[in-house]
Amino acid sequence: MAAVVLSEPEKLYIVHGVQEDLRVDGRGCEDYRCAEVETDVVSNTSGSARVKLENTDILVGVKAEMGTPKIEKPDEGYLEFCVDCSANATPEFEGRGGEELGAEIASAFYTVFSSENSIDLKSLCINPREHCWVLYVDVLLLVCGGNLYDAISIAVKAALFNTRIPKVRVLEDEEGSKEIELSDDPYDCIRLNMENVPLIVTLSKIGYRHVVDATLEEEACSLASLLVSVTSKGALTSIKKMGRGSLDPESIFEMMETGKKVGKALHVALQKVLDEEESLGTSRQKVGFLG
Amino acid sequence: MAAVTMRLPVPRKPAVVRAPQGPEKHLVAPGDTITTDTGYMRGHGTYVEGDKLIASVAGVVERVNKLICVRALNTRYNGEVGDVVVGRITEVQQKRWKVETYSRLDSVLLLSSINLPGGELRRRSIEDELAMRDCLQEGDLISAEVQSIFTDGALSLHTRSLKYGKLSQGVLIQVSPSLVKRQKTHFHDLPCGASVILGNNGYIWIYPTSEQRDEETGGFVTNLEPVSMSDREVISRVRNCIVALVTHKLMLFDTSILYCYEASLPHQIKDILKPEVMEQIVLETQHRLLDLEG
Repeated sequence: MAAVVLSEPEKLYIVHGVQEDLRVDGRGCEDYRCAEVETDVVSNTSGSARVKLENTDILVGVKAEMGTPKIEKPDEGYLEFCVDCSANATPEFEGRGGEELGAEIASAFYTVFSSENSIDLKSLCINPREHCWVLYVDVLLLVCGGNLYDAISIAVKAALFNTRIPKVRVLEDEEGSKEIELSDDPYDCIRLNMENVPLIVTLSKIGYRHVVDATLEEEACSLASLLVSVTSKGALTSIKKMGRGSLDPESIFEMMETGKKVGKALHVALQKVLDEEESLGTSRQKVGFLG
Repeated sequence: MAAVTMRLPVPRKPAVVRAPQGPEKHLVAPGDTITTDTGYMRGHGTYVEGDKLIASVAGVVERVNKLICVRALNTRYNGEVGDVVVGRITEVQQKRWKVETYSRLDSVLLLSSINLPGGELRRRSIEDELAMRDCLQEGDLISAEVQSIFTDGALSLHTRSLKYGKLSQGVLIQVSPSLVKRQKTHFHDLPCGASVILGNNGYIWIYPTSEQRDEETGGFVTNLEPVSMSDREVISRVRNCIVALVTHKLMLFDTSILYCYEASLPHQIKDILKPEVMEQIVLETQHRLLDLEG
């Protein structure tokens, strides 16, 4: 990933600042940067969202396609994650440079969404063992400005919230052959139940304390970080340690508690924005990439 | 106490009207016709199509006799001799350091163009060459002056003055080089309690004002004592003010930073970066700057 090189005194300045709960940009340890969320930015997807977390810029598109259910789960649909690192973010991503990071992020999201409760996969089933909806979640990293995982998870949740899957009916004739009929009304669609979709909170250990929403410079000062995925009710669904440093068990518990608290606040803030956007409906002026 | 703010994006508003400063500048966008007179020569940032001379970059038209150039606004740093720059060491080589200064090529800092630790004045020996990494290593930040420009456009820097040298604790912000106003001095001790170095290359260094200048170290010993909380608050506020000014494309110089700092005082440090607060304090700064000009 876009690595920043810092001199020792600069790192020291950041570490001391975190210890005194005053980060370089004036935030406390548990404050997020100002985020901008917009959904429905790509017209040829079932649902899309763009999230800007100061510099970090993420675009997520969700596409619903018909597929066959997996053998072990015949009555469920499934999600596919794909992360594309644009060379726009950093020249290192050019060619195959971003693949490693992309695969790492995608695998983290498979774990986060592996919990049965996080999303109701049964609602994606059309016809057991034969047809189901497959949601392809495509993430595009446009600018890396630190805290990728959180920003992507916000964008994924917003895009899933925005996703509308057309309603289909299965018709069966006398001979037993099945036919799938699509509703004529394009607005006749189902929406996903978003209640338990988790968000990721990354806690970076800097010095003796941990911070949320680390900037690139802060990430350079942190040896280890903890990824926790939290549902809106405050339940942890997965946990992952990142970085080469070590964490002692006590601080992990502290970090989990902070993660829960911050995660809940994050869910509330996101839901508020999504509801606000929806209530404005078509009257809202779309900003997109050119606004 | 966790603070999370999320919002919907707001469409960008057209630029705020600014009073012209001095003579009107000839600004062009790519594709704009600069002149249809065929008597001119085409310089950087322009091309000829038919009889017309057309701009290929967005910027200011400059004319030297018959030559027309467009100086781009969104550009890497084009060094000039005597400029103050802030840069980061990327490589230690034989007799030289490579310094990243946001120019097209990495700049060079020769071993012979630094003050030796202790301020000794002598020829550089092989021992000095071996101890180069003790002076400056990869990742270190320095302030320097442009000594000369090589034929390929790379800059040669020097730190042979006590005001230049290795930078200690503080915060670096990177802005567009076009937003830094050229002035007599680029080192400012702001009355609010922080000092800034406004590098001509768009690298801005904010650091706590120190009372005594340690002259005998030659600028290579860094102070690793924790910075006091009050200094930290001022530095963070100045940083956010500069970010606010840059977001709204205002020129950076001591007065604009100071006015912005004063305008930001009613707000909390972290709130300065909220779009609406940012707009408000930048507008206030702008008005005060216009009043100053008369």
